[in-house]
Amino acid sequence: MLSLLWLIPTLPLAGFLVLALGGKYLGHRSIAVIGTSSTALSALIAILIGMDFIAAPPPGFVFRQEAWSWIAVAGFSPGIGFYLDALSLVMVLVVTLISFLIHLYSTEFMSGDEDYARFFAYMNLFVGSMCILILADNLLFLYLGWEGVGLCSYLLIGFWYRDPANGRAARKAFIVTRIGDTAMAIGLFLLFTHLGTLDIQPLMQCAGQQWPEGEGLAILTAALLLAGAAGKSAQLPLQTWLPDAMAGPTPVSALMHAATMVTAGVYLIARTHVLFTLAPVVQHAVAVIGALTLLLAGFSALVQTDIKRVLAYSTISQIGYMFLALGVGAWSAAIFHLVTHAFFKALLFLSAGVVIMSLHEEHNIFRMGALRKKLPIVFWTFLIGSASLAALPLVTAGFYSKDLILWRAWSSAGGNPWLWAAGWGGAILTGLYIFRVVFLVFFGEARTAMPPGTARPGLRITLPLIVLAAFSLVGGWIETPPFLGNLTLFSSFVQHALPPAQAVHGEKNDETILELLAIAASLGGIALAYLLFLRYPAFLQGMMLIPAFARIREFWQSGWGFDRFYEFLFVRPYLWLAHADRRDVIDNIYKMALSCMLRWLQKVDPHDVINTIYNGLAGLCLFLHRALSATQSGQVRRYAAAIATGSIGILFIGIFA
Amino acid sequence: MEITFYLSAAIAIAATLMVITVSNATHALLYLIVSLLAVAIVFFVLGAPFAAALEIIIYAGAIMVLFVFVMMMLNLGKAAAAREQGWLNPGIWTGPGVLAALLLAELAYIFAQGGDTPWGTAAVTAKEVGIALFGPYLLGVELASLLLLAGLVGACHLGWNQAGIETGHEEERGHENG
Amino acid sequence: MRTVEAIAAIPMHHGLVLAAILFALGMIGILARRNLVFILMSIEIMLNAAGLAFVVAGARWEQADGQVMLIFILAVAAAEVSVGLALLLLLYRRFQTLDADAVSKMRG
Repeated sequence: MLSLLWLIPTLPLAGFLVLALGGKYLGHRSIAVIGTSSTALSALIAILIGMDFIAAPPPGFVFRQEAWSWIAVAGFSPGIGFYLDALSLVMVLVVTLISFLIHLYSTEFMSGDEDYARFFAYMNLFVGSMCILILADNLLFLYLGWEGVGLCSYLLIGFWYRDPANGRAARKAFIVTRIGDTAMAIGLFLLFTHLGTLDIQPLMQCAGQQWPEGEGLAILTAALLLAGAAGKSAQLPLQTWLPDAMAGPTPVSALMHAATMVTAGVYLIARTHVLFTLAPVVQHAVAVIGALTLLLAGFSALVQTDIKRVLAYSTISQIGYMFLALGVGAWSAAIFHLVTHAFFKALLFLSAGVVIMSLHEEHNIFRMGALRKKLPIVFWTFLIGSASLAALPLVTAGFYSKDLILWRAWSSAGGNPWLWAAGWGGAILTGLYIFRVVFLVFFGEARTAMPPGTARPGLRITLPLIVLAAFSLVGGWIETPPFLGNLTLFSSFVQHALPPAQAVHGEKNDETILELLAIAASLGGIALAYLLFLRYPAFLQGMMLIPAFARIREFWQSGWGFDRFYEFLFVRPYLWLAHADRRDVIDNIYKMALSCMLRWLQKVDPHDVINTIYNGLAGLCLFLHRALSATQSGQVRRYAAAIATGSIGILFIGIFA
Repeated sequence: MEITFYLSAAIAIAATLMVITVSNATHALLYLIVSLLAVAIVFFVLGAPFAAALEIIIYAGAIMVLFVFVMMMLNLGKAAAAREQGWLNPGIWTGPGVLAALLLAELAYIFAQGGDTPWGTAAVTAKEVGIALFGPYLLGVELASLLLLAGLVGACHLGWNQAGIETGHEEERGHENG
Repeated sequence: MRTVEAIAAIPMHHGLVLAAILFALGMIGILARRNLVFILMSIEIMLNAAGLAFVVAGARWEQADGQVMLIFILAVAAAEVSVGLALLLLLYRRFQTLDADAVSKMRG
């Protein structure tokens, strides 16, 4: 069974090829069947492989499959090889399963779109690239998947390309992540030149043996990889692209946020955790970035009016939690949260998609309301997703994973009370912002009448919602805190690939107290949302009349002004430079100097003797000016002549000097 | 064998001279093909039979056919040759001629320093070339493939624009005249 | 097949001089002609001359590298000429002329 591993990325890629090349000639039904079945089959294979892997683990809990050698040149021979261990197995299971559900949902959600085949082709490519990223056994192959994911996000964010705003959002996502990707590529070059290989496992061993802890190169490469991960996972300071990425269709957002795109950064850091352990400074930076991001994004999510933007900021914030866990060395906790987050975030986006569709493209939560009765299934699924996101105690998956992260942020070697406090504050914010959406959208009074004749969502939409809701509830029961049975199925499984986290500070009693505090935080956030947005909405409206609060609100809504800041810092100077260049600066300087000289000459008495000298000078200047502008004649042959003369001259110097 | 070398070298130079001086583009193209064939013979004499074959197949064959096609599409008549003649006033040759003379002088100086080393005694076969190409030069092959792909995409894109998407009316006229 | 005595009779620099002459003729063609078709042909001549120099050097050292470089030059020439001719057609359609000097207006 394990030998079928190569099929997992290959099937979606084959689906992409079929749909991209033959999509024109296929009907809607066959497009849907091809697009969905490719991911369904790859999910099925992933499940079978997973069962096989757990029932009869391969030696060392690692399975490798070498398909063929990619290129072999000058001692560099990256292969097309797949590597399956506990970490990549968990990732690939989550990715393929959620992708399948989202594809199933899309078959109905996108049914009215004229570019049906294009949509499924891109989606399949997206899933295939992500599977390559996860299963790659060397960093170059991983980078191929990494770039493939970036390309697909560009294509899908700009899917409705006729609206220029969507194209802008797509370009923004592509360019901002590119900054991180460039850093990552440099990191890979450094790793290769210093360690001589890019195969992940030998590379990690080599790094562990050759570099002592705190070695400069380890710090440099880890920092460069971190930049790549931050770009892909929308962490500070490269987080600005994700809220704008909402321009794509809703299933795309679900796929990007839950399974394929933003989790790539977390996976990269977990995969190369040895490097980060060798560079404690960078690892600490990971934790700090995570903590800051989760707070900033939480505040921004609190004031958004677009339902998808709330969810986008919430993703940034939750990825911040994962980075926090990675930064304190709680590798398995980060991956655990990635898994539960994938379930409830996909659920939230898909439910939000139904809400938006039923109200005919209405995104503003203040124009929704009382949808509880009209969309009962969606109400319950969205509620379950929100509860899981807000870490409602005991019953939801999000509770167990977030709790684990908070405990590790306190107790691990890299953890400290400050990081814990950030995470704790984030927990209150999470409950507050997501239940704000719940109360505004599903409770209260209807602010927009649902257009009559709106079709109820069909089975292909509700089935994925129900499955995801079930996972969002029970998904956490494989890992429970000590006072709730102390089940460690997940972490003991992942431990085969990632080192376990050690509790350094904190007693057993502390853990219980911290658990209770965390429970209080999530419940408090929800209660606060209830009070502010359902019970006493007048209070908040009154607050907004105070200019200072209104200004803070605006500031948060614009994502802490990062866009404006970058515009000011990078975009404007660059545009200015381009404009200046276009106006031919050098040419203008000559012209100005020349006109100054002529004007000065006119003042001088024309009959003066010295005047002839000045006239001569002016003539010389004029001649030089003309000679210089002659070099810009635009005539190709003159340019060629100049090149020829120059090379002959250089050859002359080379021979005789 | 020596005489073959000098003979084909003379033919190559004479044909190339004709390429750059005649006014009819089609005649120039035919002279260019003659020149390339002569160079192919030089390759053969130098013990590079594989290079000679490539020179004939790719250069004198494929690339020149491309030129022929373009020439057919342009459909340049007698008028074009006459205008060409008008451009070729004797004065135009002096500058380039001086530059070329300088270049030749410099190169001759360099060659004179090298002495007259005779070349090796064994032919380099296609097999050796292949082994070198797909051994140490593999990366170069990959790069060349990328370059050719870029050329293909570029030519395709430029060709598509001619179909009249962007240029509009000018296009139509061009088509009628051509 | 070549024989030993025939090879020894031709000094290396004769081949190089041939390459130099062809190269210089190509250069004259580029600089003197105004017709873009002729300019492209002259570029082909120069590329070919460079390839000849490589093959001569390869023959001198009995190595395959010279011919490998010729193959790369062929690839470059093929890419160059396909794009170049496509551009030439485009120019002709738009300006009704092949005069290189006529298309001197740059828009930037």
